[in-house]
Parts: sequence; structure tokens; C-alpha cells
Amino acid sequence: MAELTQLTQLTIAEARDGLGAGEFSAKELAEAHIAAVQAARDLNAYVVETPERALDDAAASDARRAKGEGGSFDGIPVAIKDLFCTEGVRTTACSHILDGFVPPYESFVTAKMRQAGAVMLGKTNLDEFAMGSSNETSYYGPVRNPWRRAGDNRDLVPGGSSGGSASAVAAGLCLGATGTDTGGSIRQPASFCGIVGMKPTYGRCSRWGIVAFASSLDQAGPMTRTVRDAAIMLGAMAGFDPNDSTSSDAPIPDFEAALEGGVKGMKIGIPAEYLVDGMDAEIGALWDKGVEWLKAQGAEIVDISLARTQYALPTYYIIAPAEASSNLARYDGMRYGLRVDGADLAETYSKTRAEGFGAEVRRRILIGTYVLSAGYYDAYYLKAQKVRRLISDEFAAAFDQVDAILTPTAPTAAFAQGEKSDDLIAMYLNDVFTVPASLAGLPAISVPAGLSGDGLPLGLQLITRAFDEENLFRAARALEEAAGWTPRPVAAGG
Amino acid sequence: MSVDKSTVLRIAQLARIEVPEGDLDNLDGELNNILGWVEQLNEVDTDGIEPMSSGVPGMKLRRREDAVTAENRQEDVLANAPEPRDGFFVVPKVIE
Repeated sequence: MAELTQLTQLTIAEARDGLGAGEFSAKELAEAHIAAVQAARDLNAYVVETPERALDDAAASDARRAKGEGGSFDGIPVAIKDLFCTEGVRTTACSHILDGFVPPYESFVTAKMRQAGAVMLGKTNLDEFAMGSSNETSYYGPVRNPWRRAGDNRDLVPGGSSGGSASAVAAGLCLGATGTDTGGSIRQPASFCGIVGMKPTYGRCSRWGIVAFASSLDQAGPMTRTVRDAAIMLGAMAGFDPNDSTSSDAPIPDFEAALEGGVKGMKIGIPAEYLVDGMDAEIGALWDKGVEWLKAQGAEIVDISLARTQYALPTYYIIAPAEASSNLARYDGMRYGLRVDGADLAETYSKTRAEGFGAEVRRRILIGTYVLSAGYYDAYYLKAQKVRRLISDEFAAAFDQVDAILTPTAPTAAFAQGEKSDDLIAMYLNDVFTVPASLAGLPAISVPAGLSGDGLPLGLQLITRAFDEENLFRAARALEEAAGWTPRPVAAGG
Repeated sequence: MSVDKSTVLRIAQLARIEVPEGDLDNLDGELNNILGWVEQLNEVDTDGIEPMSSGVPGMKLRRREDAVTAENRQEDVLANAPEPRDGFFVVPKVIE
């Protein structure tokens, strides 16, 4: 049997090969990860641990393998963002208002992963209802980034909203984790934690059974340590689901097979407008490096303009809260979750929701309610939907010229806990580079590409046409290879 | 456009979230901060532009036959209720 610590350092691809060759069992792989999860509780990455379930899943996987069955994801230990409903396992979206909620059903994506043989280690922490960019709005407390600045012991945020998933993947507490991305919630934490985070085309992964935030933007995706692992894991997550009316029935390609095609002849667009105020100079320098890396591998670099980029964030901060205020109307204290009694029905509603929602969620519901209210709908919501169209059209025009777009993932490296909590707009600016692709529904990926001056991971983002994940993975793999990324966080494994 | 305290109270009422008097000043400031910031969209000429409401452009919502597809799962549906009784959700009195 391999050393336990070695088993938690494997990639999904290596684990698949090792399981296939009989070098270790799914049970051993699960046990190594259960031990790692328990040893690293101070990261607060998991809000629910399911070790018994993981061992049961692993035993079933080993039994399948003994019979010569089981596919490429069979026996892979994963973490599930606590936004995915998991049958019989508490799911709260890290909100007080869903106290004690145990879903009687399984989300489509996690059901599909189970079918593929995934071993579930537990549920990961997130910003309440996925609203946040630092994982500080969780009812269960903030997540720690396993990375620290050189010579500075302060705890850093892992990014958000999929902060628990990102921290768990970076620290070796699972081989891969599911995330969801509404405006950057997979890609920004991936950049902050030095891992790969991929948001598929809107519609690739069913939203059925995922706690809804902003339904026209929400999309599930994989968070892993390599681009290859993201391709393998997306294959286990994606697929048509008749229960989600926005689920795509486009064929699912073999994402992994697309990886090694190289970028020779590929046209890569560089949008001048992504050079924004407040971006760290070293991120600009890394972006330049990324351009050189792809060019050296035969890609053609094309300067493009995405002039509407500056309006993407304000557009998002109308549309997302509007949809959230509507989606979160369901939390009324009558059918599940928290109930705080009042003198009558109306007071019970308003007391339940006052106590159940945290400050950021309350703020977004109020903004959303305002922009949808009579007299303001046209000025705010309809206006934002029109600008969204212009942003989407601008991407379409860019993709007449290029096959992929390269940008930074986030304007800064990970920051300290509490550092940006007082300035809402500064916090929102974290998503300045990720929100545009979300508004247009495009697939995008963050690839760890370098370290900041004080030793923190920095990511670069690639964006491609809708349903062109193959070119996305191909370019991402080329970038990853050129970057030669191998650093590991100091606190990995606790 | 900016919101005053009475508007904040009206929105909170519409959203069914009780806002303590002591939170009003802060909330008023935060909401105006955000609303002031998003107003930069007024710089964009959107005359004649079709609003985009789908996740990717041109996506049509699929429809299905209007037929029962879920089996009876009354126990499951009530399993998480704060106050279930005799197969029902118990709620505060609505009609006087």
C-alpha cells in the first residue's frame, strides 16, 4: 500500500491509473483523504464530513472493479459544494435559513457523479447562498486559504463563493470538488488557491437540485489540481437533464481527448480593456508572460476590443440580485428550514427572513426587490438586460476573429480576512474579469500560472465560444504546461 | 435616483424582511452606494436593443407535455417541515 500522504497528492488521472493497475484500492484512497480532512479542520473547508458514506462508496467501487466494471471516475474521492442537494446529507447553502435541511433528493450533477463511481467525502463551505467573493459571508464562518504570504502569518481568504471547495482541493483534502459559478465563484477562488477552476457553457451542467442564486447565470463546474483533471471531472458532471429547461442536449465531447491538441494556429485574443485600474502590476506582467507562452507554442496573438467590459459588473449587480430576490422568495419558514414565529403570517415571514438571512444576502434581496419594483423595472432591470445583450454581442464579434480570449482571472492575489469587508464595491471588483463571460454564458477556465512577489498563486483566464470546451481545455493545457506550475501551499494537509 | 429611509422600509416590506430601526441608516447608505454605482449604465445607448434574458443568446426554454411525472412523495415533502401535522404543513392563521 502506498503512503497515505502520497495518495492525497495524486491527480485524478494518476488515481484513476493507480486504481486501474491495482496499486491501491478505492478504500485506501478514501481512508487517506478522510484522515487528511480530519487533520485540516482548522481550514473550515468542510461544513459536513461524510466519512461513513465515503467508505461505503469506496467499498462499492472496489467491488465493481473486482468484477471488471467501473469507468474512469470510479473510486475518485471528491468534495461537494454545499449548494448541491445531496439525498440524506444536510444541505444548507451555508445559510441559517436552511437550518437542518436534509434533501430527500439528489441534484442531477451529483447523481451523475455517483453513477460514475465518485466517492463523496463531504460538503464544502461557501459564501451564504453563493453570494460573496471571499467566503466570509458563510453562516458557518470563513474558510482559510491554505496559502500564506511569505513572512506573514495572517489568514487569507480562499476567494468565493466556492471557497471551501478551492481550499480543500489546494490542501489535498479531496482530488476534485464541485463548484458553482454565477459571476466568478469557481474561477476567482481557483486563482486565489492555485488550482484549476472551470465554468462550462451555460446549460452544460444541469441546475436541477442546486440551490438557486441567479438562474440565468448559475452554472456548475469542476475544481481540480490540473487541467486534465478538470476535463475528466467535467465529463462526469455534464449531460442533458429533462428536469432543467435550460439544460443543453448538445452532444458531450470527450473533453480529455481534446487536451493535447496544442495551440499551433489557434488565434488568441487579448482584450485591451481588461487592463483595469487597481490591478496588481505583477498580474499584468503574468498576463504578458501568458501571451508569450502561447505565442511560443504557435498561437497567433490578436489584439481585440471588448469595450463594454466596464459595464459588466454594474449589469451583473442588477441582474443577479433581481433573480436572487425572486429565487429566495421561497424561504418563508413554512415548508422547511428556520421558522421564527410572529403575531401573524406576515410577521412570521418577515421575522424568519430577518433572522435567517445574513447581511450580504439581505442587501442583495433588497436591491433585487427595488430594481424589479413598479416604476424602477425599466430603468434598472430592463436596462441591464439590454446591456447584457450588448456585452454578449461584443463577445460574438470577437469570436469572429479569434478562437479563445486570454485575460487575468482576478485583479489581485488572495487578501487577508476582513481586509475588504468594509467596502462593498471593492469586494465586487474581485469579479471584474470573470463576470463578462458569465453574462454571455461562455465557458471559461482559470489556470494557475505563477506566484506573486509575496508567494501567492495567480491565475490566468481563458474564454472560448459557447459549447467550445474542447478549445478551452486545449489552450488551458498549453498554458499550464508552459507555466510549469508545481508549487504547493505551506499549510497543505493541516 | 436615491432611496430614503421610507423607501428602504417599503422595499423591506415587499421583500418580507423585518429591518430593525437601528439598521436603517447603514442600509440606506449601502443601497445608495450600490444604486449610484450601477447608474453608470445610463451612459450606454441601448435604443432598439432586445433585452437578453437567457443564459446564452438564442436559448429557447424547452417545454414538455403537461403530465404528472413525479410519484406521490408526501412523506418526503413534509420531512423538513418546521410543523407538519396529519400530512399537512401547519401555518399561522391567515383568515380572521
